Amino acid sequence: MTSRTNEALPISVKNVTKTYGPVHALNDVSLEVQSGEFLTLLGPSGSGKTTLLMVLAGFTRPDCGSLKFGDREVIRTPPHLRDVGMTFQSYALFPHMTVAGNVGYPLKLRKVPKPEIAARVEAALDTVQLGGFGDRRIDQLSGGQRQRVAVARAIVFEPRILLMDEPLSALDKKLRDQMQIELRHLHEKLGMTTVYVTHDQREALTMSDRIAVVNHGRIMQLATPRDLYERPANRFVADFIGESTFLPVSRQGDTVLFDGTPLLHDSPPPEAASLLLMVRPERVVLSREGPREGVNNFAATATEVVYQGDSFLLHAALADGAQIVLRGAMRGANVTALPAVGDALTLCLAPEDTVLIDGSEA
Amino acid sequence: MEAVRTNELGLRRDEWLERMKLFGLGSPAILLILVILVIPVGWLFYVSFIGADGTFSLENYERMLKRKSYARIFQTTFEVSFLTTGLCILIGYPLAYFIAGLPNRIANLCLITVLLPFWTSLLVRTYAWLVLLQKRGLVNEWAISLGLWDEPIKIVHNMTGTLIGMVHIMLPFLILPVYGAMKAIDRDLMKAASNLGASPRRAFWTVFFPLTLPGLFAGSLMVFILCLGFFVTPAVLGGGKVIMVSMKIVSNIELFVNWGAASALGVVLLVSTMVILWIASRFLNLEKMTGGGH
Ligand SMILES: Nc1ncnc2c1ncn2[C@@H]1O[C@H](COP(=O)(O)OP(=O)(O)OP(=O)(O)O)[C@@H](O)[C@H]1O
Ligand SMILES: [Mg+2]
Repeated sequence: MTSRTNEALPISVKNVTKTYGPVHALNDVSLEVQSGEFLTLLGPSGSGKTTLLMVLAGFTRPDCGSLKFGDREVIRTPPHLRDVGMTFQSYALFPHMTVAGNVGYPLKLRKVPKPEIAARVEAALDTVQLGGFGDRRIDQLSGGQRQRVAVARAIVFEPRILLMDEPLSALDKKLRDQMQIELRHLHEKLGMTTVYVTHDQREALTMSDRIAVVNHGRIMQLATPRDLYERPANRFVADFIGESTFLPVSRQGDTVLFDGTPLLHDSPPPEAASLLLMVRPERVVLSREGPREGVNNFAATATEVVYQGDSFLLHAALADGAQIVLRGAMRGANVTALPAVGDALTLCLAPEDTVLIDGSEA
Repeated sequence: MEAVRTNELGLRRDEWLERMKLFGLGSPAILLILVILVIPVGWLFYVSFIGADGTFSLENYERMLKRKSYARIFQTTFEVSFLTTGLCILIGYPLAYFIAGLPNRIANLCLITVLLPFWTSLLVRTYAWLVLLQKRGLVNEWAISLGLWDEPIKIVHNMTGTLIGMVHIMLPFLILPVYGAMKAIDRDLMKAASNLGASPRRAFWTVFFPLTLPGLFAGSLMVFILCLGFFVTPAVLGGGKVIMVSMKIVSNIELFVNWGAASALGVVLLVSTMVILWIASRFLNLEKMTGGGH
């Protein structure tokens, strides 16, 4: 790749709505993507991720709203003049061209001289580990190879904005992990503003500067991976990311009670009518010596124990019947003997791990 | 070890049996083709080499080479076929493109309309054109009342009339395969092209059009070959001015009862058609090799 001459562009989405009949594919979405940022849209199937990407690329005309690349309003700019790279969920490779023909296509349109096209195509293919595949026909490639050709084609003309719709979904785990790092490096090297779509939360947490969690055409929360995981704004986000269980708690003045006992918590609870205690499985600690000092203790009974190699999952029922899931590392005493179903246990949650969230359904 | 050997023989026998069964299924069709195609065509070849005196001779072919009129007939035949095919492409391709862009239900309705002419006989349609195009026909009268031209003009009993009729009849044969090819194109491909910087026109010529080529080839070929042997429409609408090979064959038989001459014409037409098919199939294969065919 040649070094970049042009700067990345910030993207500003304001009040974009797109309806399909009664369906709000996008519902008043506003989003600021900083220049050079790697932002991921994360959400369940049908939540509007592809629709938002299509609006950015110019293929879907929203009902209303504004879209700016830098200072330029582009909501009415046709797709071919937007100069954004994109990978499609269906790959969309041209079947009548070779791999090199596909990757070289945007360069040919930009009237890049032939020898330079060849060099840049080869470099782009190397980046996605498909060096030497230039002469292959598209139907001679596996699904994962096609996805990588699509990525190569989207980056080869060094767009200032790159949109990717689940570009790694067809890859096996090992190659996906590798490509995630590859794409991250590429992003660091080329510095283009990237909007990435996935419904794999681990992928989102691994790769992103910030993540926008989308549901029913709305952005539920926009935050760094860390904030999203540690401080989810609402129950949907807390539920969608990680494998939390939730316990209903009540507020009494400044204290928060669970089952009549005050909870110790480091961060203040949100201002909301109803509160929930979010319990992350890996944050709960199994205490073999009874209640501990300075933490929240829960008396529980083991209902299911699952051995998973590197860790174990323990489902436990609290006195009032609420369920807590605990993930523990397989080491020390746990290797010798895991708790058995029916055992009475004490589960501990440190004050810094005691996260209270807004319990209203949003 | 011994048992494994026996298995191998058994497996080979099974495969052979399977093949024979398949062949058995195909044999009625093979027989039919033999009876209605190979034998008559062989007979055709044979008859074309029989002279007026009933002995073997090349006179039928020599006559074709010597007389200018034959050359003109072949020229007309290919001219009409080329022009019809070309006009069908010019009219049919945009129409197929238009229909392919419509919502599915409306598109189906349009396709039925395209096929509607098949519900009436060829002869009826041809005579209908005769009525429409004649001197005092609907087309002339409307054109005059609209001021397009002042005097009734001759648009039938000549090349123009023949082409109008032929194009009308051949159009569905072109539209259907082209439409099929267009429908098979993934919509995301056009989006990808424009995302990569292609203007709508560029995207059409570099992505859409190449992907419809196999369908266009198939349709054009069908139209062209059907045209080569066409009889009714040029006979009725050409008014004796457009003489195609098929018409010469008929007159050779009906007027001169010269089976040999008629057969020779048939043979030349058949061979030239096959040559065209062969050339075209090489193009089609080329298309497959570049990944255009599916
Ligand atoms: N062309 C369309 N016509 C009608 N409804 C549509 C259309 N495109 C999308 N939708 C609807 O809009 C909603 C959002 O779709 P979208 O494709 O953006 O989901 P997504 O988040 O990309 O899902 P996935 O993860 O499955 O790809 C869905 O309910 C979908 O049914
Ligand atoms: Mg999608």
